[in-house]
Amino acid sequence: MPEMTRRPAWRNDAAAKVTGRARYADDLKFHGLLHAVPVYTDHVHARLRAVATAAAAAAPGVVRVITAADVPGTVTFGQILQDYHMLAGDMIRCHGDVVAVVVAETRAAAVAAARLVTVTADPLPAVLDPEEALRPGAPLVHERHGTNVINHHRVRRGDVTAGFAASDVVVEQAFRTSFIEHAYMEPEAAVAVPRPDGVMEIYGSMQHPFSTRRFTAALLGVPLADVEVRSVPMGGGFGGKDDTAAIVCARAALAARLTGRPVKLTYDREWSVRESYKRHPYRLHYRMGLTRDGRIQAVAVRIVADGGAYCSVTPWVTWRSTVQCCGPYRVPHVECDTYGVYTNNVFTGAMRGFGSPQVNFCIEQLVEMVAERLGLSPLEIRRVNMVRQGDTTITGQVLDTHVVSLEQVLDTVVRESGYEAKRARCSNGRADGDELYGVGLAMCYRGMSLGAEGKDFNSAIVNVQFDGSILLETGIHENGQGAESAMVLLLAAELGVRRERIRYRQASTSGIPDGGTTVASRGTLMGGGAVVHAARALKEKMAAVLAPRLGCAPGDVAFRDDAIWGPGGARLTVEEAVREMWQAQEYPYAFGVFQGPQVTWDEATGQGNAYFTWVYGCQAAEVTVNRRTGKVKVLGMWAAHDVGRAVNPPMLLGQYYGGMAMGLGYGLTEAVEIEAGRIRSLNFDHYRIARATDLPEMHAYIVENPDPLSPSRAKGIGEPTNELMAPAIANAVAAATGRRYCEQPVRIDPAELAGGPAGAEPDSKGEAPCK
Amino acid sequence: MQVTINGRAITVPDGDGQRNLLEFLREDLDLTGAKNGCGIGVCGACTVLLDDRPVRACRQTVADAAGRHLLTIEGLAAPDGTLHPLQQAFVDHGAIQCGFCTPGMVLTAHAFLLKNPSPTRAEIRRAISANLCRCTGYQQIVDAIESAAPHYRRSSDSC
Repeated sequence: MPEMTRRPAWRNDAAAKVTGRARYADDLKFHGLLHAVPVYTDHVHARLRAVATAAAAAAPGVVRVITAADVPGTVTFGQILQDYHMLAGDMIRCHGDVVAVVVAETRAAAVAAARLVTVTADPLPAVLDPEEALRPGAPLVHERHGTNVINHHRVRRGDVTAGFAASDVVVEQAFRTSFIEHAYMEPEAAVAVPRPDGVMEIYGSMQHPFSTRRFTAALLGVPLADVEVRSVPMGGGFGGKDDTAAIVCARAALAARLTGRPVKLTYDREWSVRESYKRHPYRLHYRMGLTRDGRIQAVAVRIVADGGAYCSVTPWVTWRSTVQCCGPYRVPHVECDTYGVYTNNVFTGAMRGFGSPQVNFCIEQLVEMVAERLGLSPLEIRRVNMVRQGDTTITGQVLDTHVVSLEQVLDTVVRESGYEAKRARCSNGRADGDELYGVGLAMCYRGMSLGAEGKDFNSAIVNVQFDGSILLETGIHENGQGAESAMVLLLAAELGVRRERIRYRQASTSGIPDGGTTVASRGTLMGGGAVVHAARALKEKMAAVLAPRLGCAPGDVAFRDDAIWGPGGARLTVEEAVREMWQAQEYPYAFGVFQGPQVTWDEATGQGNAYFTWVYGCQAAEVTVNRRTGKVKVLGMWAAHDVGRAVNPPMLLGQYYGGMAMGLGYGLTEAVEIEAGRIRSLNFDHYRIARATDLPEMHAYIVENPDPLSPSRAKGIGEPTNELMAPAIANAVAAATGRRYCEQPVRIDPAELAGGPAGAEPDSKGEAPCK
Repeated sequence: MQVTINGRAITVPDGDGQRNLLEFLREDLDLTGAKNGCGIGVCGACTVLLDDRPVRACRQTVADAAGRHLLTIEGLAAPDGTLHPLQQAFVDHGAIQCGFCTPGMVLTAHAFLLKNPSPTRAEIRRAISANLCRCTGYQQIVDAIESAAPHYRRSSDSC
């Protein structure tokens, strides 16, 4: 399919955002508003003896200083393990732990007083390396947990011993990835307003209103019904505004409860980077066996993920890595062991891709490394092994419920990028001038939505008003991606009405059932499914009332062209139809639910139908590497993804471009610098995300194979776009330099290039990342 | 001390001269379109225009704006609310996602197009290279700025 599309983009919040009218959490003001700030210590691991607050409490403008001792509810909470101290009471487990919150009449007064809070603490040995944390005798991050192992996921498929024995070639390779900052442009912010009816109302920069409500209700010790979280525009999340953002909201609510006044808690960038969770750094060790003709026989993988000081969603992130550890390839014999491990580093959790960028960085390089060993091209090795219609994944799932379009996306990128002609021009370490040239690609499959991580369902409410205008609400959150607009467009299409009739309601946790978190690229799939089901329920209800007026059976009533039709051309306007409903004492109102189809998982063997559907993607990059500076310049990027069905093409393309750009950062520039447990790259001067001048023109190709298991036929796009560009660039760099870079981000020492091409031989012992 | 903000003369008490401009705009004037993304003048989310030149409000004092014309995102659309052609281009090209960088990005582009109404895409990329966006990959932003450029050529012809 050619590049889309020249029709003007539409989203419901564009005008507000482009004029500055959109009100983000920190833009809100309330009468009597107080300002809160967090207090950190310089400890990384310590037993906390006392927090001295008297001096701060006596400082000008200070209304209250809050510590763990003031918490009326439960101070420790978490989505999986309840190990996160929203205020540290007896232990400091990382540099981002908060021991107090200072509440004052102005932010400046709160910031000034925060420096007056002091702690008495006994420093403890810190464990900052996940492999060390696994060794016997290592300091325990959570003594009560008894071990530093957060989780251990496995895949046991076939017999790897037999698989390696049947292999002609066996290669081993180690890889490493880094801590990554989400770098949403808006730091965390929350405003909590105590309402006269006893409800705590929260406006926060967060992407999981229902989790925010759970954290807040726990900290306050109140029922969920007594907390109402309202959605406001959010300045980016990328998976990063789940736990920490919820905790910031909960602390604001605690301050509001204890002072009886509205409280705003807005984070500086430095606080945000210091405290908020990151993408997990992984240590990976792969062993792969193949027959001479390139068929993968066996893969053994060991993955160690640094979970940092708190569990967060480490078990879920590492589960996806486990399920997808072999990439989109058929492998008859697999043994995978994945460990999530506590350390005293900043904690790690959800980030766009959620465990796939790490494994893709490895597997998509590894297949090219073995191809080279076997004399096969990067395309040949992929075509020999990639999953096709009806194939079985490494967890035993048969891919037969949707179109397996891996070959389609690969062919699209190969064709549109001119990959094969460019491949013939690659320098492989040899060039006349300083510029080495390379092209590379990577491909993946991705299980959609939550899979066996959790119960996956969502709901929508369609409420047609007396004048024919329509209110829509879903359990999906607007993260900036355009979720609300996609919901509106899906409803307009399903009801056959003008989209201008539809207003998306400002969502509230008190208005719609808990739909889970808006992550896992599940917004369009799950929320859209609920919208379609609600629209169908509404049409059925309306058809029953309107059929007599239209002189037909209910089944013959049609909804299209902003009207309701009988088969003979009889027609009611939406307004007339609504009046008929009122006359019949029937509300033109419907509640729709989409329940994700059943998935299965056996944790002991790592076998099961992990996800109810999958998407397929391929990306390519063209680069030059300057052999004197080691600098990589990306000349072009291409991406093809199967999205099921394109709902809002311009916004869809925005996901492609944004994902490719973030993937370029992952490949080349991004790594959080941590020294002895303390983050040094606390702001954008030391953490480099892609700038407009770092990026080439990007080429995006939308592949549509409507998914029968998705009510809207659409799937997801947010994460697939962000999990392929780093390995594509690494493969392009290898084609340019003749060297493999197995540590993310790719950093090239020009001294290594001066001596000409080195073999891309995988490290036979595989103990250290190749260079 | 006087500052002209979005065409309106504002008298500022002398005691406020050394206050942070971004805080003053957001807290005192309720002009919250300028955002605080980094506080150190790197991300560009707080960009406003002083006499048509982009500055980082988080690194300015109120006194820096004295006697000058300050334009914030709230002042770019027509008084009746009609979007400026550059704003409309951002909407039409899908250049807006989370929107947090958008005000600074639009104002940076506006200042750039006033000076260079016939830019290449590479020049546009350079012009916005100090404004960070994590959502869009910038491509549709470049598309929007490129498509709005003819408006600035017509405007300068009529001057």
